Amino acid sequence: INHIVHNGGLYKRPFNEDFEETPMLVAVLTYVGYGVLTLFGYLRDFMRQWKIEKCQNATEREEQKDFVPLYQDFENFYNRNLYMRIRDSWNRPICSVPGAKVDMMERVSHDYNWTFTYTGRVIKDIINMGSYNYLGFAQKAGTCQEAAAKVLSQYGAGVCSTRQEMGNLDKHEELEKLVARFLGVESAMAYGMGFATNSMNIPALVGKGCLILSDELNHASLVLGARLSGATIRIFKHNNMQSLEKLLKDAIVHGQPRTRRPWKKILILVEGIYSMEGSIVRLPEVIALKKKYKSYLYLDEAHSIGALGPTGRGVVEYFGLSPEDVDVMMGTFTKSFGAAGGYIGGKKELIDYLRTYSHSAVYATSLSPPVVEQIITSMKCIMGEDGTTVGKARVQQLAENTRYFRRRLKEMGFIIYGNEDSPVVPLMLYMPAKIGAFGREMLKRNIGVVVVGFPATPIIESRARFCLSAAHTKEMLDTALKEINEVGDLLQLKYSRHRLVPLLDRPFDETTYEETED
Amino acid sequence: PPTHIITVNGKECINFASFNFLGLLDNEKVKSAAQASLKKYGVGTCGPRGFYGTFDVHLELEERLAKFMRTEEAIIYSYGFATIASAIPAYSKRGDIVFVDEAACFAIQKGLQASRSNIKLFKHNDMTDLERLLKEQETEDQKNPRKARVTRRFIVVEGLYMNTGDVCPLPELIKLKYKYKVRIFLEESLSFGVLGEHGRGITEHFGINIDDIDLISANMENSLASIGGFCCGRSFIIDHQRLSGQGYCFSASLPPLLAAAAIEALNIMEDNPDIFQTLRAKCERIHKALQGISGLKVVGESFSPALHLQLEESCGSRENDVKLLKRVVDYCMNSGIALTQARYLEKEEKCLPPPSIRVVITVEQTEQELDKAASLLKEAAQSVLN
Repeated sequence: INHIVHNGGLYKRPFNEDFEETPMLVAVLTYVGYGVLTLFGYLRDFMRQWKIEKCQNATEREEQKDFVPLYQDFENFYNRNLYMRIRDSWNRPICSVPGAKVDMMERVSHDYNWTFTYTGRVIKDIINMGSYNYLGFAQKAGTCQEAAAKVLSQYGAGVCSTRQEMGNLDKHEELEKLVARFLGVESAMAYGMGFATNSMNIPALVGKGCLILSDELNHASLVLGARLSGATIRIFKHNNMQSLEKLLKDAIVHGQPRTRRPWKKILILVEGIYSMEGSIVRLPEVIALKKKYKSYLYLDEAHSIGALGPTGRGVVEYFGLSPEDVDVMMGTFTKSFGAAGGYIGGKKELIDYLRTYSHSAVYATSLSPPVVEQIITSMKCIMGEDGTTVGKARVQQLAENTRYFRRRLKEMGFIIYGNEDSPVVPLMLYMPAKIGAFGREMLKRNIGVVVVGFPATPIIESRARFCLSAAHTKEMLDTALKEINEVGDLLQLKYSRHRLVPLLDRPFDETTYEETED
Repeated sequence: PPTHIITVNGKECINFASFNFLGLLDNEKVKSAAQASLKKYGVGTCGPRGFYGTFDVHLELEERLAKFMRTEEAIIYSYGFATIASAIPAYSKRGDIVFVDEAACFAIQKGLQASRSNIKLFKHNDMTDLERLLKEQETEDQKNPRKARVTRRFIVVEGLYMNTGDVCPLPELIKLKYKYKVRIFLEESLSFGVLGEHGRGITEHFGINIDDIDLISANMENSLASIGGFCCGRSFIIDHQRLSGQGYCFSASLPPLLAAAAIEALNIMEDNPDIFQTLRAKCERIHKALQGISGLKVVGESFSPALHLQLEESCGSRENDVKLLKRVVDYCMNSGIALTQARYLEKEEKCLPPPSIRVVITVEQTEQELDKAASLLKEAAQSVLN
């Protein structure tokens, strides 16, 4: 059963996104599982307090015992009792380039994950389905790396100054012109860290008296930037255009809460691909709403730049829209370009304003020169300006990998969230014990996956997340799929009953969407 | 390239504006270590620390930093600004009280804003003012002892203030800490690798036990000539940031070539402890040389490598001061000394410092260059201000 959305011709291609509902039995068992863990947690805390069991985590200094305690006991309940048990699935140290195959340092724990020791052995050739390496630019040889090496020997590793003082190198100007050309906008500005780009520029763009409409599942950097700006924040349901429209109508009709004056600015914050759900934003509808209600749009393309669209220009190209409709296009260089840092692109007046008033330009150091060179070379490769078709081939390979992988997983019977074209594939696990089991079993079979639970996801919807890469060959995907199939049978993860519900399973009125159900 | 001799708008000048205190930006050993790491790991890490973004270089750098600073544990962030701006909200939440100096840098202010705690500013380096605030807080506590038992209290100070070039009086702060039961967060961005016999910062400078400070945060962008920042302290405190530091959990990790550069820089710092003495001597020298300039006064301690030159008499408006200082800076730039004005966001700072020229002393500058800079500044001040 596929759910195809037509909406007055705004979409030029089918938008297949689904979030299958949690089977009732699974939900009940998950709650039971968490209940048992909580009970055991209380029991262990009790025993630790009465010194029956040794307390293994670090404690306060003797001299400072009469200070106000730094952490509340309950804050760390989850940390001590649930997280500690499966802690070995995270923070796994690797010792090679994070490409399609990776080498991991082996670590064991003799006291149930309280401390780790490194055995010194290295597990080689683990298929890496966890790093954000969408176009496969994380490589240790090749043109990008050589160019970066040259720049490193010429400029050094650091910069030691801010953009406005002495850190504005010619490399930065070159990069910004290139980014502007790549995105199809008038001008762009680059920053040293993706997280900092959001948290330091949103406050420069909006302030008190403005309204921010932000998606439910926005990333922590967007939430932090919105909070730091001092504007009023209202949240609309994830990717739900009716919810957004209702909020916009309310905002314009009622104005600011107490004074009833109109809002100075309304800014809609959305992301291109949401990394925990794998869903793609409904950009044509958002832009239609934005134009209708005259608000501004801030698009965070952290995961979608380079990964979507026929030439890798991101979610705007994927939908066939014009980049001029999006007021602020933000993205990061960490994922598809294999470097670090973030950028903001838009009209010239906007970028010139940010050059003077952005917190990052005045107080934070600029990008490191070899990193800048890596971005320049990889961007040129994607655009095809270095004379080869490697870039285009990679983008197409990623799209093929995505479609193949998702189709096979669905056929096997797993519940997969998200849009069919998104290279982020969340596979639902639900039960807390399966989080740890899945991670460990896959590692035994030499496949590295990422598992996420509470608090990054709702408490019963824990998942494993695969990040596909253009560097994955079909054989690697087939091996991975075979192993996932085995583990799925072993852990009974194949919950899907192919009973797909409309993607807005929260209540909606049927006047906007027509849905086909067969 | 922002090294000792820098080309600004096509003109070659001696660099007095980049915070490259130990001259490690252009160091061959640092560069070759970074090259080796580039060949092994590529450039980016493609993931946050929790999801296959932890490399063995990160773990090694954390161990080395913890050993160098003689603390139990250290944690690395991938951006200097984000270090203190993520560390403060991890511990101090709504309802807690933070006493912070007026001249705290912008990153601290953003961290405090993100934490939503009650902020109490005390006058710069004024311990009596701080004590007054602490006493007021104590009387408040006695009125409501239940609430007092759960409100955490912190003092946030910088080792070497970026906005004024002073050091904080750490021994008195320690006394106040134990008297009023407040925790101290120390930000050592400028003093790490500058103060102290071996460069361990202000705790070594004053000879204080490092365990008395709850958290030391610094960024590696000044002395270590890399990118990123770190926090060090006891495991009890640092381990909390691994799950609740926003800039750590939700952001990609530091590129390994920068981590390797930092490790090599640390090696150099450990092997040559006499560069700190040399740096201090140069700072004293230029501090003395700049004393007599008419129209400009020197703000900062004599051993601080980042000084400010402010106008002795302000013209009236900030804009005019800024214009005047710009003319001084341009004069120096035309004659071969690269300086810069200290930049602030005027609307956002809580306590805006007066406009000034920033002079940065590095180990690489020779005595002649220091003298040349001093005399040039005298000339510039003469011609522009008179």
